[in-house]
Amino acid sequence: MEKDKAPDRIDRVDARAKVTGTASYAADHKIQNTVYGLLVGSTVAKGRIKSIDTKAAEKASGVLAVLTYFNTPKLPGYTTGKDPSKPPTGGQPLRFFATNEIFYYDQAIALVVADTYERVLHAAKLVKAQYEKATHKTSLEDNLATAKVPTGPRQEDYTRGEADSYKNAPVKIEQEYYHPVEVHNPMELGSIVAFWEGAEKVTVYTKTQGVQATQKSISDAFKLPLGNVTVHARHIGGAFGMGLRTWPYEIAAVMAAKKVGKPLKLVLHREQMFTNVGYRPATKQKIGLGATADGKLIGLTHEATGNTSAYEEFTEATVNISRFMYACPNVTTRYRLVPLNVCTPIWMRGPGEATGAFALESAMDELAHALKLDPVEFRVRNHADSDPEKNLPWSSKYLKECYEMGAERIGWKNRKLQPRTNQDGDWLVGYGMGAGSFGAMRWVASVKGILQPEGKLRLQCSVNDMGPGTATMMTAVAADIMGLPPGRIIIEMGSTGLPPGPMQGGSNVTATVGSAVHDVCFAMKEQIAALASKAGSVFSKANSQQLKAEDLLFSENGLSLKSDTSVRLSYSEFFKQNGLPAVEVTKESKGTEQPYSSYSFSVHFVKLRVHPATGRIKIDHVVSCADAGTIVSPKTSESQMIGGAVGGIGMALMEDMVIDQRFGRPINNNLADYHVPVNADIPTVDVLFVNKKDPIIGPMGSKGLGEIALVGVAPAIANAVFNATGKRLRELPITRDKLLEV
Amino acid sequence: MAKKGSGQNQAEENYLNESRRNFFKQSSLLTALAVTPPAFLKAAEEGLDEKAAGYFEKMPLAIQINGVNHDLSVEPRTTLLDLIREQLALPGTKKGCDHGQCGACTVHVNGNRVLSCLTLAVTAEGKKVTTIEGLADGEKLHPMQEAFIKYDGFQCGYCTPGQIMSGIACIREGHANSDDEIREYMSGNICRCGAYPNIVKAIADVKKGGQTL
Ligand code: FES
Ligand code: FES
Repeated sequence: MEKDKAPDRIDRVDARAKVTGTASYAADHKIQNTVYGLLVGSTVAKGRIKSIDTKAAEKASGVLAVLTYFNTPKLPGYTTGKDPSKPPTGGQPLRFFATNEIFYYDQAIALVVADTYERVLHAAKLVKAQYEKATHKTSLEDNLATAKVPTGPRQEDYTRGEADSYKNAPVKIEQEYYHPVEVHNPMELGSIVAFWEGAEKVTVYTKTQGVQATQKSISDAFKLPLGNVTVHARHIGGAFGMGLRTWPYEIAAVMAAKKVGKPLKLVLHREQMFTNVGYRPATKQKIGLGATADGKLIGLTHEATGNTSAYEEFTEATVNISRFMYACPNVTTRYRLVPLNVCTPIWMRGPGEATGAFALESAMDELAHALKLDPVEFRVRNHADSDPEKNLPWSSKYLKECYEMGAERIGWKNRKLQPRTNQDGDWLVGYGMGAGSFGAMRWVASVKGILQPEGKLRLQCSVNDMGPGTATMMTAVAADIMGLPPGRIIIEMGSTGLPPGPMQGGSNVTATVGSAVHDVCFAMKEQIAALASKAGSVFSKANSQQLKAEDLLFSENGLSLKSDTSVRLSYSEFFKQNGLPAVEVTKESKGTEQPYSSYSFSVHFVKLRVHPATGRIKIDHVVSCADAGTIVSPKTSESQMIGGAVGGIGMALMEDMVIDQRFGRPINNNLADYHVPVNADIPTVDVLFVNKKDPIIGPMGSKGLGEIALVGVAPAIANAVFNATGKRLRELPITRDKLLEV
Repeated sequence: MAKKGSGQNQAEENYLNESRRNFFKQSSLLTALAVTPPAFLKAAEEGLDEKAAGYFEKMPLAIQINGVNHDLSVEPRTTLLDLIREQLALPGTKKGCDHGQCGACTVHVNGNRVLSCLTLAVTAEGKKVTTIEGLADGEKLHPMQEAFIKYDGFQCGYCTPGQIMSGIACIREGHANSDDEIREYMSGNICRCGAYPNIVKAIADVKKGGQTL
């Protein structure tokens, strides 16, 4: 990006496809003779399947197959479990029908295939199973005693300075925080269309955040060469982490498609989205925080215990944020896991960091209150000028700017230091803030650019776009460098046949793929400059020197010489003269190890009202500020930030998967009973970007945005509730009943 | 159709037992049996209830979708959503829950917004259905589609067809007179990406434009 130039607010490049209904998601792909698959789930949470009666289902009209443990040969790749010592997910991946053991409620015990959706829906209800039941464990709270240290090295206990030294601080707090299971629940259901060509080649359209990873999983499971597995996922209807692994249902669908020899479509029920495809694990946390009387942190201890499944070890960086977020000489973190009879969790937007920040940022607010300090001021006093965990300078950090911008916009000066002193009629008014952070990562991506004679640039990469605007970002980067209008840039993405890109996760994509687009465009310009320097070209006639890319002007009309713009050629003429159909450049681009620590930072400010008589909370205003380096595509980035704030509101005020512990099954596994924010819950959300380049991470200086949009929102709300009411709620979600009973 | 000849209690019992098989024993169906192909009788005898049911389970349906008249034969249990998505190759309308809880499947039936997942296709007999695919006039987008692009009223786009259909209806119903009213009357359409503020802006802008929708 050129400096000092406000980036263009280009429209989302796939907006037209999305508003006309032509954007195709996995289940929208129509292949002739497609049959329908449906999973039947276990009705017990732990035990063994004794027998399954599939006769009625098999006799039902249109039924082609019923796959169960009793009739399905084990996949060749069943035993390819990852080394349990390798984080982040160890253990044995579950494969449906490979074992008769039941690990969790609604684990698939059968997959019914029929020729129409209506028929499979009916037939699936006819499958009946007998179980040998065992005693399940589904409550984190009740099983804390079984907590264990995860096996991977990344999650070992950590101490800097003196362990647990907060206990000796002049001013200290020690509190426990809890949040229940939250479920990603993207609007698109888990969906897959799979079809085989012969016994050795398979193509799938599926809901994944990384086509390459899914390709690998399927090739592992079926022991196929990678090249025999094609995965498409151009559009996915949100995922928020749920698509970061290949789930057992996907493998089962591929298996069923092979068995019936027809294209097969399997779409999960919404109920199955709660039970079979991960969630944010329930987590109990404890923070001990101590400071000097003038508000300098002395000691911080952060402990967290989250749940995993009974067959895999899922870990996330829940406590890690406490190691670097503030300047504090003595820090201790401990992380534990409790295996339960539930499906394995999976990272949910701002994964462990959002969980950890809820505890840390609540505790910071509590200590600020104890110190009678403004919480922003308290944070500024403890600002980490360099990374205290890694002992490295930040590649860039504009967190203080975020505090300032946000405080100004929300009207922080109207906040009362003393809680429950700001009244507006029947309502109590409160202000709160919380900060967030997430590692800024640049991984590896290959991008191919093809400049065509009509002045169109095609960019190809296997990365997909689950909604943040990846295609738009790629377009913005290329448009800026190539001097082309966005409409002349065509993005081809989300398929394994394309040059490999990263998973869409961990807020890496702009830094990773954007940099690759950047590098490809610059290489393309150099290549064009070299061609233009050839003897005989109009450019070399006008300029005796070897031309460099910066000597040329690139625009939608073609090329011209910067020093004399009358020397020009359209791309079609230029290509013709060079005897080329197009100019093609492929580049692999990656970050390098640097002696810097790279993080994105955010601060969220909330103004809300609480109605004390009814406990109703009404959020009036959210201001989310981000230091994410250069903002390449402001319009889609703002939407991404707003989305994070909405997710954080859900986390703070409503989301809670309730399990009936007697049966180990969720009782609110649908969108009417599991509450997510709806339009009426969401106020004006202002988004403010520092928009300053990170000089280290990559050529555009963009860090990541997706996670920090949510990390820190929930504590901002909890802190505002405290400021309004004087009631400190440490258990999410903050529902009315809790406000009334305290 | 099974219920026509049977008393209410019987119908209820059938429903509770989920036993479609019972209705074949109803006397009211004997006439139908008389004109049924032998294959049906064989299926019925062998207890292949579903196969037997198949003979009766298509009903004629005349329906207009996006201005095109269709004369179809559909099972009574087919929802309007599955009909348009799976049989008529109009996948723009989305399934988010299948229970009337999310709004992703919103279409217009005779100009009103309905949840197509809760609508049995046969109940739309003789009606005009508009889906997201039917909004634009050739290359020219509907003002609501334009506004969603202008205000970036989405991210993943999955809830978008439903939001747009609902947004248009919201204005037609007279429920778009303030941002708060829009928020309230758009709360049946969940957007998990959280595009709500931009959706409100888009609808308010179209409303302000005053076009007849
Ligand atoms: S699919 Fe119809 S309301 Fe959700
Ligand atoms: S745009 Fe993704 S659910 Fe609304």
